[in-house]
Amino acid sequence: MNERLPAGFDLEPERYELQEAPFLDLELARRDFFKAAGGGLIVLLFLPAAAAAQEAGGGRRGRGFGGRMPAEIGAWLHIGEDGAVTSFTGKVEVGQGSRTSLAQAVAEELRVPADSVRMVMGDTALVPFDGGTAGSQTTPAMVPQLRRAAAAARELLIDLAAREWKEDRGLLEAAGGKVIHSRTGQAVDYGKLTRGRKLVEAVGAGAALTPASAWKVCGQPVPRAGGVDLVTGRHRYASDQRLPGMLYGKVLRPPAFGASLVSLDAKEAEAIEGVMLARDGGFAGVAAPSEREAERALAALKAEWKTSPQTAAKDLFEILKQGPGEGRDREGRPEQERGSIEEGLAAADFRLESAYTVAYIAHAPLEHRAALAEWKDGALTVWTGTQRPFGVRGELARALGVPEERVRVIVPDTGSGYGGKHTGEAAVEAARIARAAGKPVKVVWTREEEFTWAYFRPAGLIEVRSGVKKDGAITAWEFRNYNSGASAIRPLYDIPNLKVEFRPSRSPLRQGSYRALAATANHFARESHLDELARQAGIDPLELRRRNLKDPRLLAVLAAAAERFGWGRARAAGRGFGIAAGFEKGSYVAYCAEVAAAAATGKPAPEVKVERLVTAFECGAILNPDNLRNQVEGAVIMGLGGALFEAIEFEDGRILNPRFSEYRVPRFGDVPVLDTVLLDRKDLPSAGAGETPIVGVAPAIANAIFDAIGLRLRSMPLLKSRG
Amino acid sequence: MPRAFELKINGASRQVETDPRRSLLSVLRDDLDLTGSKYGCGEGECGACTVLLDGRAARSCQVAVEAAAGREITTIEGLAKDSKLHPVQQAFLEAGAMQCGYCTPGMVLAVVALLGQKPKPDEAEVARALQGNLCRCGTYPRILAAVRLAAGIAEERKR
Repeated sequence: MNERLPAGFDLEPERYELQEAPFLDLELARRDFFKAAGGGLIVLLFLPAAAAAQEAGGGRRGRGFGGRMPAEIGAWLHIGEDGAVTSFTGKVEVGQGSRTSLAQAVAEELRVPADSVRMVMGDTALVPFDGGTAGSQTTPAMVPQLRRAAAAARELLIDLAAREWKEDRGLLEAAGGKVIHSRTGQAVDYGKLTRGRKLVEAVGAGAALTPASAWKVCGQPVPRAGGVDLVTGRHRYASDQRLPGMLYGKVLRPPAFGASLVSLDAKEAEAIEGVMLARDGGFAGVAAPSEREAERALAALKAEWKTSPQTAAKDLFEILKQGPGEGRDREGRPEQERGSIEEGLAAADFRLESAYTVAYIAHAPLEHRAALAEWKDGALTVWTGTQRPFGVRGELARALGVPEERVRVIVPDTGSGYGGKHTGEAAVEAARIARAAGKPVKVVWTREEEFTWAYFRPAGLIEVRSGVKKDGAITAWEFRNYNSGASAIRPLYDIPNLKVEFRPSRSPLRQGSYRALAATANHFARESHLDELARQAGIDPLELRRRNLKDPRLLAVLAAAAERFGWGRARAAGRGFGIAAGFEKGSYVAYCAEVAAAAATGKPAPEVKVERLVTAFECGAILNPDNLRNQVEGAVIMGLGGALFEAIEFEDGRILNPRFSEYRVPRFGDVPVLDTVLLDRKDLPSAGAGETPIVGVAPAIANAIFDAIGLRLRSMPLLKSRG
Repeated sequence: MPRAFELKINGASRQVETDPRRSLLSVLRDDLDLTGSKYGCGEGECGACTVLLDGRAARSCQVAVEAAAGREITTIEGLAKDSKLHPVQQAFLEAGAMQCGYCTPGMVLAVVALLGQKPKPDEAEVARALQGNLCRCGTYPRILAAVRLAAGIAEERKR
């Protein structure tokens, strides 16, 4: 088997000895690939062992291609006999522009135009295993993999031409989809080079990558792939899929969280013509030839529920402070600790203690959870919108009791996720009902279901204790986050005495991932608290940050935001300026906000209008400046919602505002003047950018409100949640 | 009781037999397979289901099919003529006014309706006209830029 491995690939014997299956049967791979792709050249890229282990997520079952491909393969691409370039990845497009930026990555190294690269994404039968589209990892992890595979393909094509022409390969170069002889100008298309061949090449590190300073396709504002299908409505999202004979499925929901089904009388529902019932333990669903009949059938189900007492919203932060419950580690582990808080406080001229809270909020993706499931000969195919196609395949396999190899998940480009679609609820529901009905079934959640039965961004309580000297040097920083999470909990500020802790809690509501996770909560508390320290010490808030910062990248975005904003200029009455900065997932951001605010007498929240928001952002070498600007602006606008008015209201295990008429999200009229400064660091690797620009919107605004009217708001949302 | 209706959709006549009170959106999507109109909220709050009724923007999830019969219905599928994009569609592409694209069909039609009534809207007029159309990805500044492009208003944004 070893002789099949390409030169330069480091085999790690101790790792592979543990495997039962052959490491990689290239013959089998070859058959599978060419059955799917036709002739030509296929390049498989092996991941370094560490990355592969991470991708495999501890499990080793069922990779792409019917489970026969090992997790060590991170990417593959195919150059057809017609020269068509197809690249395969387990990442998905949920609006963040990955279909475009990944095509750019392939095109850059293969020396072809970006729109000539077709990306096959998120189809578990066709693409390499992938842990999920999350954590801003597509850019730092998948882009280099595809670039390495494409660079290797380019070199292989040059080899083929050199052999064919019996020429020194050093005289040949690739450009415009051809291999060209640099002296004679002789040229041959990639397609012609691969014609009549069925080549599979497995590569390790791949060829050298093109440095960002020499990029021709990356770094360009390449327009969105598939844009025409979006503006014409031709693109079919999961919720738009249909199959012949398909039924519409609806799921019986409990009246409240924590309720369990005691009994179910389905006679009346089943009496409706064409209605099928699916029962599986506590699960009950119906299917009917039309959505309306399915709704009728659902309404005809007579269910008896047993409810249990649920947390009252007023007790939320007290409960979060109580920790995870009996038998579990209540103290948590310090994320970071140095020096002595007490000594630091003793050395300070001013001491401060504040607590900040963050409400549960919903992702509210405009496309709801949706899935179409079809069973054929015991094998299951599900079209669904998710950020984790392989994760959902696993969920389906477990829930339906079928091997992963018999489950295929296909993810059409999805109507957004924001971290809210890591799970496959609708997929499992559709598969259950389809199995009972014996026909394909589509389940599309209603907006109310999406607001109630999806998961939320965690609520949190953050307590901060600190001390600062007259000259602005922060001497002590104790920071404790209850429940919301540890992302970006460590400050980039240089503080000698520091204790930073995250304590998990027992959340009364189902919570999960969300764009930037807890980085937003932690930045809200940290950057608000810094503002409070600056005010107390009588130091300009920008100056206070500078005095406690050494990180040149954070200083650079702060300087860029302050300069564009005109920090330090005089402000009109009723206006206030606020500043905030942050770092997460490899990228850096700073904001300056201008608000118009007035204290509203007799009302809990002031009248606030965000007038202007300057954002400076740096994520290394910019892959696509137009898409990046779109992501930064979009994250900032989404951030306005959580900052100002988004909050899930709940009582007795029920969500009280499960509609867009009751849960306010940012609309046209909420958008301030946005001014976005992008710093392009071609000397640094590209980091993800879809999440980080959200993290500091709230503190910038909260600090500006204080600046305007002297009112310190320490809870997100800053304003009341309903109109 | 189901009744037969003749719907004039994108210049063609389509026959449907259905409950008169069913929403136009569900008839478009489920009976006629015109899935460009999206379900977003079912209460007329998000605009994803926007279609044109006699040239005016309407929430198809809030319009009963019987109320749509006899009127000119334009859905996103009918906007491009002879495979040539409508200027508003073209402007959305040029401005890159989309992320996930789920709101895009409704946005495009809402802008077509706006420009039909107000060929050169100012920023406040655009914001007011599109206040009922949600873009959860937050591409509002780009949609504004697309409206300006489509309306032939000079672009002032720095890009």
